[in-house]
Amino acid sequence: MIQITIDGKNINARKGDNLVDVALANGVYIPTLCYMKGEPCLGTCRVCSVKVGGTVAAACTVPVSHGMEVVVNEPEITDMRKALVESLFAEGNHNCPSCEKSGRCDLQAVGYEVEMMVSRFEYRFTPRVRDYGSEKILLERDRCIFCQRCVEFVRDEETGKKIFSISRRGANSRIEINEELANKMTEEQVARAVDLCPVGTIVEKKIGFNDPIGKRKFDIKSIRDRALEGAMK
Amino acid sequence: MSNHSLKNVDPADNVMFSHDLPKTPVDAEFLATQEGKIKVSMIALVGCWGCTLSFLDMDERIFTLLDKVTILRSSLTDIKRIPERCVVGFVEGGVASEENIETLEHYRENCDILISVGACAVWGGVPSMRNMLPLSECLDEAYIHSITAVPGVIPIIPNHPDLTKVTTKVYPCHEVVKMDYFIPGCPPDGDAIYKVLDDLVNGRPVDLPTSMNRYD
Ligand code: SF4
Ligand code: SF4
Ligand code: FES
Repeated sequence: MIQITIDGKNINARKGDNLVDVALANGVYIPTLCYMKGEPCLGTCRVCSVKVGGTVAAACTVPVSHGMEVVVNEPEITDMRKALVESLFAEGNHNCPSCEKSGRCDLQAVGYEVEMMVSRFEYRFTPRVRDYGSEKILLERDRCIFCQRCVEFVRDEETGKKIFSISRRGANSRIEINEELANKMTEEQVARAVDLCPVGTIVEKKIGFNDPIGKRKFDIKSIRDRALEGAMK
Repeated sequence: MSNHSLKNVDPADNVMFSHDLPKTPVDAEFLATQEGKIKVSMIALVGCWGCTLSFLDMDERIFTLLDKVTILRSSLTDIKRIPERCVVGFVEGGVASEENIETLEHYRENCDILISVGACAVWGGVPSMRNMLPLSECLDEAYIHSITAVPGVIPIIPNHPDLTKVTTKVYPCHEVVKMDYFIPGCPPDGDAIYKVLDDLVNGRPVDLPTSMNRYD
């Protein structure tokens, strides 16, 4: 056992455990978008930014060590996380009212948690082409936040080859789908991919707005409560 | 050629806007009771009027505010322009035309606190989906190659001086004038509008709790 502090509170933890999990187990919610408990950390979204020993770090990339001083909820870092979320909204075309993922979207749910009302950045309205090519999946490129969850955690069951990939660089980055491999995906695999995409980019064809407003995942319980509850299990 | 800008109408043009029509006089005794109350208005730019309906969805809770608030231009009254300076102005819809810019600027000049209500006012919403295309393509789709075009009629893009000019892009309100608060939602619930108004009227800092914040 080691000791760390989170927002000044003394906490016992196991050396090397993930800071996001340690915080959650002690009732402190840190928003995440690319991190999936139990999977290797991607560190791509930076939405989990906190201060560790005075320096800003992505909490999901931090294994805890003795004497670590962590600041999660203090105005400067809270606002930094909020700005990150706002920039994701400004960068993509996030038209929640017309999005199939609305109500079960991690980005939207995290937007609520950081109390985003509007983006402080200018909305870019970049035109992006959708990909209807594969049989079961529609790729709605407007909303991709390049978390790389699909790239890393969805693979062809036979060959282990990647089904999703990212082409080009910087502002021109584009999520791609390998049609041939995607068409081989089982129903369960498609459902998992849809679920694992934290936004509404990977959308299952022929299934639409199946849960009414008020009954959707995050209408029923917030992402914060779900995360905290998960940590208690 | 007449200039139908809201700012510079020449009376000699013999033009009258609906907001200049003679008003039905309001009972003087009633008017006196409204003196000193907080004046609130709501206008709509390019939206679907859903947010304005949410304003109505405050329902009977509005009565609990009426000893402190008087409602001028809004969907509850039939006042076409804000007749006097307001403390609180709600705006539905984004900016998509010259007329919208003028209306919003006029509103900014005449309101102490301006609040963006709903997805279109906050970030452009559905109308801003045209921002991904050149305006010429949108006009072409709407008027020249429209699927509802009347067969045999030569299609034209309307270009009359009486028509306001559309802007190349649709803008959220805060990219045109300063906005003080934002209530997201498409539309936001009446509860959210009520909460913000109730906070303002009672001098509390505006606080829309996460449980009431929705983007859809
Ligand atoms: S992906 Fe999420 S945040 Fe983006 S439009 Fe859809 S619901 Fe909204
Ligand atoms: S498609 Fe979804 S899961 Fe894949 S990188 Fe984009 S946001 Fe992440
Ligand atoms: S959740 Fe930590 S970087 Fe994405």
